[in-house]
Parts: sequence; C-alpha cells; structure tokens
Amino acid sequence: MEPREIAELIKDRYPSEVKDIKEFRGQVSVIVNKDKIKEIMRYLHDAPELYFDYLEDLCGVDYIGRKEVRFEVVYHLYSMKHRHMIRIKAEVPEDDCAIDSVVDIWAGANWHERECYDMYGIKFNGHPDLRRILMPDDWEGYPLRKDYPLKSDLGEMEWKEYKEVLDAAEKNRQYEVDEWHRQKRK
Amino acid sequence: MASAEKEIKTREITISMGPQHPATHGVLRVILDLDGETVVKCTPYVGYLHRGTEKLAENRTYLSALPLTDRLDYISSMSNNIGYCVALERFFGIEVPERAKYIRTIMAEMTRISSHIIGISTHALDIGAMTLFLYSFRDRERLLDLFEMVCGARLTASYPRIGGVRNDVNQEFLDKLYEFTEEYPEIIEDQYERLLDQNRIWLQRTKGIGVISAEDAINWGLTGPTLRGSGVPYDIRKYAPYDAYPYVEFDVPVGKNGDVYDRYKCRMEELKQSNRIIKQCIEKMPKGPVMASDAPKFTLPPKDRVLTDMESLIRQFILITKGPINAPEGEIYAATEVPKGELGFYFVSDGTGRPYRMRLRAPSFVHVSVLPKLCEGALIADVIANIGTIDIVLGECDR
Repeated sequence: MEPREIAELIKDRYPSEVKDIKEFRGQVSVIVNKDKIKEIMRYLHDAPELYFDYLEDLCGVDYIGRKEVRFEVVYHLYSMKHRHMIRIKAEVPEDDCAIDSVVDIWAGANWHERECYDMYGIKFNGHPDLRRILMPDDWEGYPLRKDYPLKSDLGEMEWKEYKEVLDAAEKNRQYEVDEWHRQKRK
Repeated sequence: MASAEKEIKTREITISMGPQHPATHGVLRVILDLDGETVVKCTPYVGYLHRGTEKLAENRTYLSALPLTDRLDYISSMSNNIGYCVALERFFGIEVPERAKYIRTIMAEMTRISSHIIGISTHALDIGAMTLFLYSFRDRERLLDLFEMVCGARLTASYPRIGGVRNDVNQEFLDKLYEFTEEYPEIIEDQYERLLDQNRIWLQRTKGIGVISAEDAINWGLTGPTLRGSGVPYDIRKYAPYDAYPYVEFDVPVGKNGDVYDRYKCRMEELKQSNRIIKQCIEKMPKGPVMASDAPKFTLPPKDRVLTDMESLIRQFILITKGPINAPEGEIYAATEVPKGELGFYFVSDGTGRPYRMRLRAPSFVHVSVLPKLCEGALIADVIANIGTIDIVLGECDR
C-alpha cells in the first residue's frame, strides 16, 4: 500500500487523533496525539491489510522553541509481508512528559524506549523495566535535550590558553558575516 | 544416595560476566543468575562505550559528521559511511553516478566479508575452534591491504562521500581484487567450511541452541543474518535496493531452525554471495565520474584548485564553516544492509548546514536486547555461543 493511503486510512479511523499528515521525499509522517497511541499502534499491527509486524525504530526528538509541543516520539513501522512503511509521530508536551509503552506489541521496543527515556526523560507508562541504559544510573539530566550543554563548564579548571582563545573569538564575533548582515538589516 | 542429596544446600548465585571478558566481544556486561549451571535470569548492561555520537553529529556539519560513523561498527566502517551517505543523498535528492555506485557496492561487500570473517571466527574461537581464526584472518588481511590501496586507511575509511566516493579506484586495485574473488570460494569451501560444518563438537555446541522463531525474531526487531537464520528472507539489498544492488545477481541465504548453527550457516553463505557480487561489479564496472555533478554543494573542491581559484576557496570555506547551504527542511529515514543487520539513519533538518537531529538505528543495540530471551533457561556455556551468534560490536551498540 502507498504510504499516503495508509495515512488516510489512519485518519479515517481516528479522525480526532490525527493532527497532521506530512510528506517529504516519498515518506509520509502521521502526527498523532499521544493519548491513544497504544490503540493506534495495536490497530496498525493487527489489521490484516496493514500488518506492521516490524518496528524499525523508535526515537525521540526535541523541538524546544520551534514547535508548540516540545517533544516528539517517532515510530518507524515496516511490514515484512506487504513491504510498506509509515512514520508515526506522537507529540509529548514537556509538563506531561509521558507516553504509553508499546512493548506489549513489539518486544523490540523495550530497549528503544529505555534509550528514549535515558536521552530525553520521556517516561513510558507500562514499560516493564524503565531504567537508564547508555548513561550511568546516577546520571543527572538528559543528554540529547537541546538545552543540555555539549561540553561541561569546567570553570576555574579550564585550560587558560583555551579560555583566551574563546574570549578572543567572542570579541571578534562582531566581524562575522552573519552578524554584520544582521546589524545592517536593523 | 537420596539422603546425601538432602544434605547438600543449594542456592542461586549471581555472577557478573564482563565488561572485561574475552567472549563478550568488547565491553558488554552480563549479569547472570544461575541455578547450578542453568541460567535463570540474564541482564545485559551496555553503555560502557557511549560517546554521544548523536549529540556530536548535531553540532557538526553534514560533511564533518561522516567520520563519526566510522567509529560505530569499527570493523565495517565503510558500510556505515555508505549508510550515512545513502540517507543524505535521498534527503538532498542527489543522483550518484553509476561508477560510484559500483565502487561503493564493492566496498560494502568487501566490508561484509571482512566483518563476517571476524563474526564467524571469533564466535568459533569462543566455543573452542581456534584454527578458523588463524586461516580467516590471513584473508581478512588481504582485504584490509586492498582498502589501504584505495583510501589509505585500513580500518576507519571515510572513503564514500555524499554524492559519490572520494577518489576513483585504479586498475591495479581491481585486478588484485579480482584475483582474490577467483581464489576465495575455494578457500571458503576448503578451509573454512571443512573445519566446522561436519565438526562434531561444533555441531553439538550450536545445533538447537539459542532457538528463536521467525515471528519472535521479527517482533524483537532482529535483522541481518540473525533474522535470516530463522527463515525470514528480509534483506534491504533486495527489499529496498540502493547503490548497484539492483544490477547484480545474488541470493539471500536463509536458515530453517533459527538456531546458532543456522545463523552461522547464513553468514558462511553470505561470504560466497558477497564474493559473487564483487566479481560481477568488477566485470560490469562502467567508466565515468565518481562524484555527482550537483554535489559541489557538499564536496570539498580539489586542493590545487583551492590554492589558485577564488571561487573554490570560497566554496571550501563555506563548506567547512557553515556546511551545505540551502538544505531542505524535512526528515528522512533511510536504512542500508550492513554486515550486522539494518543500519538506519533518521535525519531531521531545519534548513541549516547541520543536522537538527541524527538518529542511529544500530543493529547491535537491538541484538543485545534479545540476549535474555536466548539465554534464559539455557546452560552457562551456551551464553558464550549466544553472544557470538548475534554478532555484536559494542561501538555500534553504545554509539
């Protein structure tokens, strides 16, 4: 089945849940509410004409300051029988950072969800063993969030010469092309 | 006798296998709860090699994030590079020239051979068959020398580029590789298979061990030879072809029982199929450019031109500092068949020269997660066989 048809099928069945359908380079994303995610996924897995038996991937994305809802959990589904794929994206707001787990449907989701929790702090309700997986158990913060720094602030321990370079770069920022254009536009 | 048994006190013991253990293929730690010699519970711990590849890639340009993929599955770096490039080519809508497609296919299959050699031979080494390790590494050395001939690196290649490959291959390389493909099938049959296929100890250690059914294997998300051992012919090279795979003939070997032996057999057959693909590619190799014509947006200009030509200098400067300009906004998921299974790249772009989000779907990560299912209820000696059979590289698992 064509991805567009699958998306329409989901929309017909869950009109209130589907928020948007987007297409880029032949791949279709269906953006849904998170509340009924498990029901939708169960339908996609069980319906004979869709039969998405293989969860290719599950990951989170952080859209801080870019979209209304901060997080998205992205599911890539594939059907070995029908050879079609679809992308489902569930929006997860920051203040209610939890979504239903799909481990019951695809056992392979187990570690993907653990990783998503580890990296973004999104909780998966009903997950059998929700612990950190790549980071140590006592780690604070969620590394793949966009507001998590790439490099730790060493403060006084920072290498002195490197600090001088950084300060100089900061001072020279006014001469950067982008900055110059921005100033000019003002 | 019965009264003596009553006096023996038994209890479950917990042992920690790894992270420094020769049979865990890297830094995998497995906590085993044992009842005598039977595994009651098996809990894998990963993350010892976590380097934050996804986070790093978000802060680099598309071009400079390419070498990061070398360090995932470090014994098949070329396949990872190709996976990265294929994903971005689909994203930017670049058509790769024919010759580059063939060269890449050759490289991917050479990598598959060298990776399967490590997979099979260390697996056999763990179970106690040491000779294969020595024989097969002799052949792997020949392949690594050929890699060195093409791009100067033996392990971390970074040879493919978005839109093609870095440089053309010369005739000497093709001749040497062709010579290799002529000799290799005989070596497989004579030296590899003869050592193991009928070996009674090998059969006892592998037949009926770590069985997983086809439905379970799909449900757990297994891919590659680990899935095909259960009889599912899912191979991305056939299901969603990329590069030169549509132009060559090859079979996808599948197993029947889904045990350790069938998965081993699948890998062994794939060695022959890869050899076949390389041979066809060399025979069919067309002439022409190795870089897409619309690729200058992504490729660094030749060094001699940078030093003499103003435009090339500007192009190099923009590419290094800002990344490709006019990137589209959108997202793509593209998967390729690497030796271990399905390597998926999911890119989200916000239109700048850096990926907004790069997600790596690593086959090893999924394969480690199935370890408890394979091991629980089995003997402790089978844990070693099971770790070997899922063919993991922890660099890829931990990213």
